[in-house]
Amino acid sequence: MADNWTAKLDTYLDGELPADEMRELDAHLRTCPPCAADVLSRLQMKRAVHSAGMRYRPSADFRQLVRKSIAAKRRQSPIRMWAGAGFAIAMLLIVGFVSLVSKQGQTARQQAFSELADLHVATLASPNPVDVISTDRHTVKPWFQGKIPFTFNLPELQGSEFTLLGGRIAYLGQSPGAELIYQIRKHQISVFIFQDRGAVGNLGSSAQSSKELSFNIESWNQAGLRYFVIGDASGDDIRKLADMLKNAP
Amino acid sequence: MPLFDQLYNFAYWLAQDRAEAEDLVQETYVKALKGFSSFQLGTNFRAWMYRILRNTFLTSRTGLKASATIALDADDSPELPAGPETPETIFIEHSQHQFLQAAIEALPVNFREVLLLCDMEEMSYQEIAVSLSIPIGTVMSRLSRARKALRESLQQKMVRS
Repeated sequence: MADNWTAKLDTYLDGELPADEMRELDAHLRTCPPCAADVLSRLQMKRAVHSAGMRYRPSADFRQLVRKSIAAKRRQSPIRMWAGAGFAIAMLLIVGFVSLVSKQGQTARQQAFSELADLHVATLASPNPVDVISTDRHTVKPWFQGKIPFTFNLPELQGSEFTLLGGRIAYLGQSPGAELIYQIRKHQISVFIFQDRGAVGNLGSSAQSSKELSFNIESWNQAGLRYFVIGDASGDDIRKLADMLKNAP
Repeated sequence: MPLFDQLYNFAYWLAQDRAEAEDLVQETYVKALKGFSSFQLGTNFRAWMYRILRNTFLTSRTGLKASATIALDADDSPELPAGPETPETIFIEHSQHQFLQAAIEALPVNFREVLLLCDMEEMSYQEIAVSLSIPIGTVMSRLSRARKALRESLQQKMVRS
Protein backbone atom coordinates (compact mmCIF):
# COMPACT_ATOMS: atom_id res chain seq x y z
CA MET A 1 0.00 0.00 0.00
CA ALA A 2 1.59 3.31 -1.05
CA ASP A 3 0.77 5.84 1.67
CA ASN A 4 1.42 8.82 -0.57
CA TRP A 5 -1.40 7.66 -2.86
CA THR A 6 -3.89 6.61 -0.19
CA ALA A 7 -4.94 10.17 0.57
CA LYS A 8 -5.60 10.78 -3.10
CA LEU A 9 -7.73 7.77 -3.92
CA ASP A 10 -11.08 9.46 -3.30
CA THR A 11 -10.01 12.51 -5.29
CA TYR A 12 -8.95 10.14 -8.07
CA LEU A 13 -12.37 8.45 -8.05
CA ASP A 14 -14.07 11.85 -8.03
CA GLY A 15 -12.15 12.64 -11.24
CA GLU A 16 -10.57 15.67 -9.60
CA LEU A 17 -6.86 14.85 -9.66
CA PRO A 18 -4.71 16.82 -12.12
CA ALA A 19 -4.24 14.92 -15.41
CA ASP A 20 -0.59 14.02 -14.74
CA GLU A 21 -1.35 12.63 -11.27
CA MET A 22 -4.34 10.79 -12.73
CA ARG A 23 -2.04 9.03 -15.20
CA GLU A 24 0.55 8.27 -12.51
CA LEU A 25 -2.07 6.81 -10.21
CA ASP A 26 -3.58 4.81 -13.08
CA ALA A 27 -0.16 3.27 -13.67
CA HIS A 28 0.41 2.69 -9.95
CA LEU A 29 -2.92 0.88 -9.57
CA ARG A 30 -1.95 -1.62 -12.24
CA THR A 31 1.04 -2.70 -10.18
CA CYS A 32 -0.23 -2.34 -6.60
CA PRO A 33 -2.96 -4.85 -5.66
CA PRO A 34 -3.59 -3.35 -2.16
CA CYS A 35 -4.22 0.12 -3.66
CA ALA A 36 -6.35 -1.42 -6.44
CA ALA A 37 -8.45 -3.24 -3.83
CA ASP A 38 -8.73 -0.03 -1.83
CA VAL A 39 -9.91 1.88 -4.90
CA LEU A 40 -12.45 -0.81 -5.70
CA SER A 41 -13.81 -0.68 -2.18
CA ARG A 42 -14.11 3.11 -2.29
CA LEU A 43 -15.73 2.95 -5.70
CA GLN A 44 -18.32 0.51 -4.39
CA MET A 45 -19.06 2.83 -1.51
CA LYS A 46 -19.33 5.84 -3.82
CA ARG A 47 -21.81 3.97 -6.00
CA ALA A 48 -23.74 2.73 -3.01
CA VAL A 49 -24.08 6.31 -1.73
CA HIS A 50 -25.19 7.39 -5.21
CA SER A 51 -27.91 4.79 -5.20
CA ALA A 52 -28.92 5.19 -1.53
CA GLY A 53 -29.04 8.96 -1.92
CA MET A 54 -31.84 8.82 -4.45
CA ARG A 55 -34.39 8.20 -1.78
CA TYR A 56 -37.14 10.78 -1.77
CA ARG A 57 -39.59 11.66 -4.54
CA PRO A 58 -41.99 14.60 -4.52
CA SER A 59 -45.68 13.76 -4.71
CA ALA A 60 -47.68 14.68 -7.80
CA ASP A 61 -49.84 17.00 -5.66
CA PHE A 62 -46.81 18.90 -4.42
CA ARG A 63 -45.40 19.22 -7.94
CA GLN A 64 -48.73 20.66 -9.08
CA LEU A 65 -48.85 23.04 -6.10
CA VAL A 66 -45.40 24.50 -6.87
CA ARG A 67 -46.19 24.78 -10.56
CA LYS A 68 -49.36 26.72 -9.74
CA SER A 69 -47.60 28.95 -7.23
CA ILE A 70 -44.93 29.81 -9.80
CA ALA A 71 -47.59 30.54 -12.41
CA ALA A 72 -49.40 32.81 -9.92
CA LYS A 73 -46.20 34.74 -9.18
CA ARG A 74 -45.62 35.25 -12.87
CA ARG A 75 -49.04 36.82 -13.26
CA GLN A 76 -48.50 39.34 -10.44
CA SER A 77 -46.97 42.15 -12.48
CA PRO A 78 -45.66 42.83 -15.98
CA ILE A 79 -42.09 43.06 -14.60
CA ARG A 80 -42.49 39.78 -12.81
CA MET A 81 -44.03 38.34 -15.92
CA TRP A 82 -40.97 39.27 -17.97
CA ALA A 83 -38.68 37.99 -15.24
CA GLY A 84 -40.65 34.77 -15.21
CA ALA A 85 -40.48 34.46 -18.96
CA GLY A 86 -36.74 35.15 -18.91
CA PHE A 87 -36.35 32.62 -16.16
CA ALA A 88 -38.23 29.99 -18.12
CA ILE A 89 -36.28 30.67 -21.31
CA ALA A 90 -32.96 30.56 -19.52
CA MET A 91 -33.87 27.31 -17.85
CA LEU A 92 -34.84 25.86 -21.20
CA LEU A 93 -31.48 26.89 -22.63
CA ILE A 94 -29.56 25.60 -19.69
CA VAL A 95 -31.14 22.30 -18.90
CA GLY A 96 -32.36 21.43 -22.39
CA PHE A 97 -35.94 20.50 -22.93
CA VAL A 98 -36.65 19.04 -19.52
CA SER A 99 -39.30 21.65 -18.77
CA LEU A 100 -41.13 20.92 -22.00
CA VAL A 101 -41.29 17.25 -21.14
CA SER A 102 -42.38 17.80 -17.56
CA LYS A 103 -44.98 20.43 -18.55
CA GLN A 104 -47.70 17.87 -19.10
CA GLY A 105 -46.88 15.95 -15.94
CA GLN A 106 -44.30 13.23 -16.00
CA THR A 107 -45.43 9.70 -16.45
CA ALA A 108 -43.37 6.85 -15.09
CA ARG A 109 -42.11 6.16 -18.60
CA GLN A 110 -41.11 9.77 -19.19
CA GLN A 111 -39.36 9.91 -15.84
CA ALA A 112 -37.46 6.71 -16.56
CA PHE A 113 -36.49 7.87 -20.05
CA SER A 114 -35.45 11.23 -18.69
CA GLU A 115 -33.25 9.57 -16.06
CA LEU A 116 -31.74 7.32 -18.72
CA ALA A 117 -31.00 10.32 -20.91
CA ASP A 118 -29.25 11.88 -17.91
CA LEU A 119 -27.28 8.68 -17.29
CA HIS A 120 -26.30 8.50 -20.96
CA VAL A 121 -25.12 12.13 -21.00
CA ALA A 122 -23.29 11.68 -17.69
CA THR A 123 -21.49 8.65 -19.12
CA LEU A 124 -20.39 10.49 -22.23
CA ALA A 125 -19.28 13.48 -20.15
CA SER A 126 -17.34 11.33 -17.69
CA PRO A 127 -13.52 11.24 -17.94
CA ASN A 128 -13.86 7.45 -17.41
CA PRO A 129 -16.98 6.55 -19.38
CA VAL A 130 -16.52 2.80 -19.03
CA ASP A 131 -15.20 0.61 -16.22
CA VAL A 132 -14.46 -2.35 -18.44
CA ILE A 133 -12.83 -1.32 -21.69
CA SER A 134 -13.08 -3.92 -24.40
CA THR A 135 -14.52 -4.43 -27.85
CA ASP A 136 -14.95 -8.12 -27.09
CA ARG A 137 -18.37 -9.16 -25.79
CA HIS A 138 -16.73 -12.21 -24.18
CA THR A 139 -14.69 -9.84 -21.99
CA VAL A 140 -17.42 -7.32 -21.23
CA LYS A 141 -20.20 -9.73 -20.29
CA PRO A 142 -18.19 -11.73 -17.70
CA TRP A 143 -17.06 -8.46 -16.08
CA PHE A 144 -20.62 -7.97 -14.80
CA GLN A 145 -20.65 -11.35 -13.02
CA GLY A 146 -21.18 -10.83 -9.30
CA LYS A 147 -21.82 -7.11 -9.78
CA ILE A 148 -25.44 -7.31 -10.94
CA PRO A 149 -28.06 -9.90 -10.00
CA PHE A 150 -28.72 -11.17 -13.55
CA THR A 151 -27.00 -12.03 -16.79
CA PHE A 152 -27.72 -11.16 -20.43
CA ASN A 153 -26.64 -11.91 -23.97
CA LEU A 154 -24.77 -9.60 -26.31
CA PRO A 155 -24.85 -9.78 -30.11
CA GLU A 156 -21.98 -10.69 -32.43
CA LEU A 157 -20.97 -7.43 -34.15
CA GLN A 158 -18.84 -8.84 -36.94
CA GLY A 159 -20.04 -7.50 -40.28
CA SER A 160 -22.02 -4.66 -38.67
CA GLU A 161 -21.12 -0.98 -38.32
CA PHE A 162 -21.37 -1.12 -34.53
CA THR A 163 -18.40 -1.36 -32.17
CA LEU A 164 -18.59 -2.28 -28.49
CA LEU A 165 -16.55 0.18 -26.39
CA GLY A 166 -17.12 -1.27 -22.91
CA GLY A 167 -19.47 -1.29 -19.97
CA ARG A 168 -20.21 0.00 -16.49
CA ILE A 169 -22.71 -0.44 -13.68
CA ALA A 170 -25.75 1.87 -13.78
CA TYR A 171 -28.60 2.45 -11.35
CA LEU A 172 -32.24 3.17 -12.17
CA GLY A 173 -34.88 3.43 -9.46
CA GLN A 174 -32.22 2.24 -7.00
CA SER A 175 -31.74 -1.03 -8.94
CA PRO A 176 -28.35 -1.97 -10.34
CA GLY A 177 -28.06 -2.79 -14.02
CA ALA A 178 -25.64 -2.95 -16.92
CA GLU A 179 -24.75 -0.05 -19.20
CA LEU A 180 -22.96 -0.97 -22.43
CA ILE A 181 -21.50 1.64 -24.71
CA TYR A 182 -21.58 1.07 -28.45
CA GLN A 183 -20.32 3.27 -31.23
CA ILE A 184 -21.55 3.70 -34.76
CA ARG A 185 -19.61 6.17 -36.90
CA LYS A 186 -19.10 9.07 -34.44
CA HIS A 187 -22.23 8.41 -32.37
CA GLN A 188 -22.10 6.71 -29.01
CA ILE A 189 -25.07 4.70 -27.87
CA SER A 190 -25.86 3.45 -24.37
CA VAL A 191 -27.62 0.14 -23.87
CA PHE A 192 -29.12 -0.19 -20.40
CA ILE A 193 -30.30 -3.53 -19.06
CA PHE A 194 -32.24 -3.79 -15.80
CA GLN A 195 -34.43 -6.36 -14.14
CA ASP A 196 -38.02 -5.78 -15.21
CA ARG A 197 -39.44 -5.06 -11.77
CA GLY A 198 -39.84 -2.23 -9.26
CA ALA A 199 -39.80 1.22 -10.87
CA VAL A 200 -38.59 -0.31 -14.15
CA GLY A 201 -41.43 -2.87 -14.12
CA ASN A 202 -43.99 -0.05 -14.00
CA LEU A 203 -43.14 0.85 -17.58
CA GLY A 204 -45.42 -1.87 -18.95
CA SER A 205 -44.60 -4.80 -21.17
CA SER A 206 -44.93 -3.15 -24.58
CA ALA A 207 -41.97 -2.25 -26.75
CA GLN A 208 -41.58 1.50 -27.07
CA SER A 209 -39.86 3.92 -29.39
CA SER A 210 -39.46 7.42 -28.14
CA LYS A 211 -37.50 10.63 -28.25
CA GLU A 212 -36.20 12.19 -25.05
CA LEU A 213 -34.17 15.43 -25.08
CA SER A 214 -33.69 14.71 -28.80
CA PHE A 215 -32.22 11.28 -28.09
CA ASN A 216 -33.76 8.30 -29.83
CA ILE A 217 -34.78 5.53 -27.49
CA GLU A 218 -35.89 1.95 -28.06
CA SER A 219 -37.15 -0.07 -25.12
CA TRP A 220 -38.56 -3.57 -24.71
CA ASN A 221 -38.66 -6.39 -22.21
CA GLN A 222 -37.31 -9.83 -22.82
CA ALA A 223 -36.74 -12.78 -20.49
CA GLY A 224 -37.49 -10.76 -17.36
CA LEU A 225 -35.14 -7.95 -18.34
CA ARG A 226 -35.88 -4.45 -19.56
CA TYR A 227 -33.65 -3.12 -22.33
CA PHE A 228 -33.16 0.53 -23.27
CA VAL A 229 -31.12 1.67 -26.25
CA ILE A 230 -30.50 5.42 -26.22
CA GLY A 231 -28.31 7.76 -28.23
CA ASP A 232 -28.12 10.62 -30.66
CA ALA A 233 -27.69 8.26 -33.62
CA SER A 234 -30.56 8.06 -36.11
CA GLY A 235 -33.73 6.21 -35.20
CA ASP A 236 -32.81 3.56 -37.80
CA ASP A 237 -29.40 2.91 -36.20
CA ILE A 238 -30.94 2.70 -32.74
CA ARG A 239 -33.54 0.22 -34.04
CA LYS A 240 -30.83 -1.84 -35.80
CA LEU A 241 -28.85 -2.19 -32.57
CA ALA A 242 -32.05 -2.99 -30.66
CA ASP A 243 -32.88 -5.76 -33.18
CA MET A 244 -29.39 -7.23 -32.86
CA LEU A 245 -29.74 -7.28 -29.06
CA LYS A 246 -33.18 -8.91 -29.30
CA ASN A 247 -31.71 -11.67 -31.49
CA ALA A 248 -28.49 -12.13 -29.49
CA PRO A 249 -27.75 -15.84 -29.09
CA MET B 1 -39.69 22.57 -13.61
CA PRO B 2 -36.02 21.79 -13.98
CA LEU B 3 -34.17 20.06 -11.14
CA PHE B 4 -37.43 19.63 -9.22
CA ASP B 5 -36.95 15.99 -8.25
CA GLN B 6 -33.27 16.44 -7.39
CA LEU B 7 -33.89 19.55 -5.28
CA TYR B 8 -36.72 17.86 -3.42
CA ASN B 9 -34.58 14.80 -2.70
CA PHE B 10 -31.71 16.97 -1.47
CA ALA B 11 -34.06 19.14 0.62
CA TYR B 12 -35.50 16.04 2.28
CA TRP B 13 -32.01 14.77 3.09
CA LEU B 14 -31.18 18.12 4.69
CA ALA B 15 -34.41 18.63 6.61
CA GLN B 16 -35.28 14.98 7.31
CA ASP B 17 -38.93 15.94 7.18
CA ARG B 18 -41.39 15.85 4.29
CA ALA B 19 -43.34 19.01 5.13
CA GLU B 20 -40.16 20.99 5.69
CA ALA B 21 -38.62 19.66 2.49
CA GLU B 22 -41.69 20.81 0.57
CA ASP B 23 -41.48 24.26 2.14
CA LEU B 24 -37.80 24.50 1.24
CA VAL B 25 -38.37 23.54 -2.38
CA GLN B 26 -41.32 25.84 -2.81
CA GLU B 27 -39.43 28.74 -1.29
CA THR B 28 -36.40 27.95 -3.48
CA TYR B 29 -38.44 28.25 -6.68
CA VAL B 30 -40.13 31.43 -5.50
CA LYS B 31 -36.76 32.97 -4.61
CA ALA B 32 -35.24 31.81 -7.91
CA LEU B 33 -38.09 33.43 -9.79
CA LYS B 34 -37.80 36.67 -7.84
CA GLY B 35 -34.02 36.81 -8.02
CA PHE B 36 -33.46 35.55 -11.53
CA SER B 37 -31.90 38.88 -12.46
CA SER B 38 -29.03 38.00 -10.10
CA PHE B 39 -28.30 34.83 -12.07
CA GLN B 40 -25.49 35.38 -14.54
CA LEU B 41 -26.02 33.58 -17.81
CA GLY B 42 -23.10 31.34 -18.59
CA THR B 43 -22.54 30.45 -14.94
CA ASN B 44 -23.73 27.21 -13.40
CA PHE B 45 -27.52 27.19 -13.11
CA ARG B 46 -27.66 23.99 -11.08
CA ALA B 47 -25.17 25.28 -8.51
CA TRP B 48 -27.17 28.54 -8.32
CA MET B 49 -30.39 26.67 -7.55
CA TYR B 50 -28.72 24.45 -4.95
CA ARG B 51 -27.19 27.51 -3.32
CA ILE B 52 -30.62 29.10 -2.98
CA LEU B 53 -32.02 25.89 -1.51
CA ARG B 54 -29.13 25.50 0.88
CA ASN B 55 -29.29 29.13 2.05
CA THR B 56 -33.02 28.73 2.57
CA PHE B 57 -32.34 25.64 4.64
CA LEU B 58 -29.71 27.41 6.75
CA THR B 59 -32.24 30.04 7.81
CA SER B 60 -34.95 27.46 8.56
CA ARG B 61 -35.52 26.17 12.08
CA THR B 62 -33.89 22.80 11.37
CA GLY B 63 -31.04 24.50 9.53
CA LEU B 64 -30.32 26.88 12.39
CA LYS B 65 -30.35 23.99 14.82
CA ALA B 66 -28.05 21.94 12.59
CA SER B 67 -25.60 24.79 12.04
CA ALA B 68 -25.30 25.19 15.81
CA THR B 69 -24.01 21.62 16.08
CA ILE B 70 -21.90 21.18 12.94
CA ALA B 71 -18.58 19.39 13.10
CA LEU B 72 -15.41 21.45 12.83
CA ASP B 73 -13.50 21.40 9.57
CA ALA B 74 -10.01 20.91 10.99
CA ASP B 75 -8.80 17.34 10.91
CA ASP B 76 -5.27 16.13 11.49
CA SER B 77 -5.86 12.41 11.54
CA PRO B 78 -4.34 10.51 8.62
CA GLU B 79 -6.36 9.03 5.79
CA LEU B 80 -6.83 5.31 6.39
CA PRO B 81 -6.96 2.74 3.64
CA ALA B 82 -10.38 1.25 3.06
CA GLY B 83 -8.81 -2.25 2.89
CA PRO B 84 -10.17 -5.39 1.27
CA GLU B 85 -12.47 -6.52 4.11
CA THR B 86 -13.97 -3.29 5.30
CA PRO B 87 -17.39 -2.63 6.77
CA GLU B 88 -18.46 -1.08 3.50
CA THR B 89 -17.58 -4.11 1.39
CA ILE B 90 -19.31 -6.41 3.85
CA PHE B 91 -22.30 -4.12 3.90
CA ILE B 92 -22.44 -3.86 0.10
CA GLU B 93 -22.27 -7.60 -0.24
CA HIS B 94 -25.34 -7.86 1.93
CA SER B 95 -27.09 -5.12 -0.01
CA GLN B 96 -28.11 -3.33 3.14
CA HIS B 97 -29.38 -0.26 1.42
CA GLN B 98 -31.32 1.07 4.39
CA PHE B 99 -28.31 0.58 6.61
CA LEU B 100 -26.36 3.02 4.47
CA GLN B 101 -29.24 5.47 4.30
CA ALA B 102 -29.42 5.48 8.11
CA ALA B 103 -25.67 6.07 8.29
CA ILE B 104 -25.88 9.01 5.86
CA GLU B 105 -28.83 10.40 7.82
CA ALA B 106 -26.76 10.27 11.00
CA LEU B 107 -23.91 12.34 9.52
CA PRO B 108 -23.66 15.99 10.59
CA VAL B 109 -25.45 18.11 8.02
CA ASN B 110 -22.27 19.73 6.67
CA PHE B 111 -20.87 16.27 5.94
CA ARG B 112 -24.15 14.91 4.58
CA GLU B 113 -24.62 17.73 2.09
CA VAL B 114 -21.10 17.60 0.66
CA LEU B 115 -21.17 13.80 0.37
CA LEU B 116 -24.55 13.78 -1.40
CA LEU B 117 -23.64 16.58 -3.79
CA CYS B 118 -20.46 14.73 -4.76
CA ASP B 119 -21.57 11.10 -4.86
CA MET B 120 -25.30 11.38 -5.54
CA GLU B 121 -25.47 14.52 -7.70
CA GLU B 122 -22.01 13.88 -9.14
CA MET B 123 -21.12 17.56 -8.90
CA SER B 124 -17.52 18.66 -9.44
CA TYR B 125 -15.66 20.13 -6.46
CA GLN B 126 -16.00 23.56 -8.08
CA GLU B 127 -19.76 23.15 -8.43
CA ILE B 128 -20.06 22.01 -4.81
CA ALA B 129 -17.98 24.98 -3.69
CA VAL B 130 -20.39 27.35 -5.46
CA SER B 131 -23.48 25.53 -4.18
CA LEU B 132 -22.31 25.61 -0.56
CA SER B 133 -20.46 28.94 -0.76
CA ILE B 134 -17.25 27.41 0.62
CA PRO B 135 -13.69 27.18 -0.78
CA ILE B 136 -12.68 24.09 -2.77
CA GLY B 137 -10.15 23.17 -0.09
CA THR B 138 -12.99 22.99 2.43
CA VAL B 139 -15.02 20.86 0.01
CA MET B 140 -12.14 18.37 -0.18
CA SER B 141 -11.51 18.30 3.53
CA ARG B 142 -15.22 17.89 4.38
CA LEU B 143 -15.62 15.16 1.80
CA SER B 144 -12.69 13.27 3.19
CA ARG B 145 -14.03 13.59 6.73
CA ALA B 146 -17.57 12.72 5.66
CA ARG B 147 -16.40 9.50 4.00
CA LYS B 148 -14.28 8.61 7.00
CA ALA B 149 -17.20 9.28 9.36
CA LEU B 150 -19.48 7.17 7.17
CA ARG B 151 -17.05 4.26 7.22
CA GLU B 152 -16.70 4.51 10.99
CA SER B 153 -20.45 4.71 11.45
CA LEU B 154 -20.97 1.61 9.30
CA GLN B 155 -18.27 -0.17 11.24
CA GLN B 156 -20.01 0.62 14.53
CA LYS B 157 -23.37 -0.49 13.14
CA MET B 158 -21.73 -3.68 11.93
CA VAL B 159 -20.33 -4.41 15.38
CA ARG B 160 -23.69 -3.74 17.04
CA SER B 161 -25.72 -5.89 14.64
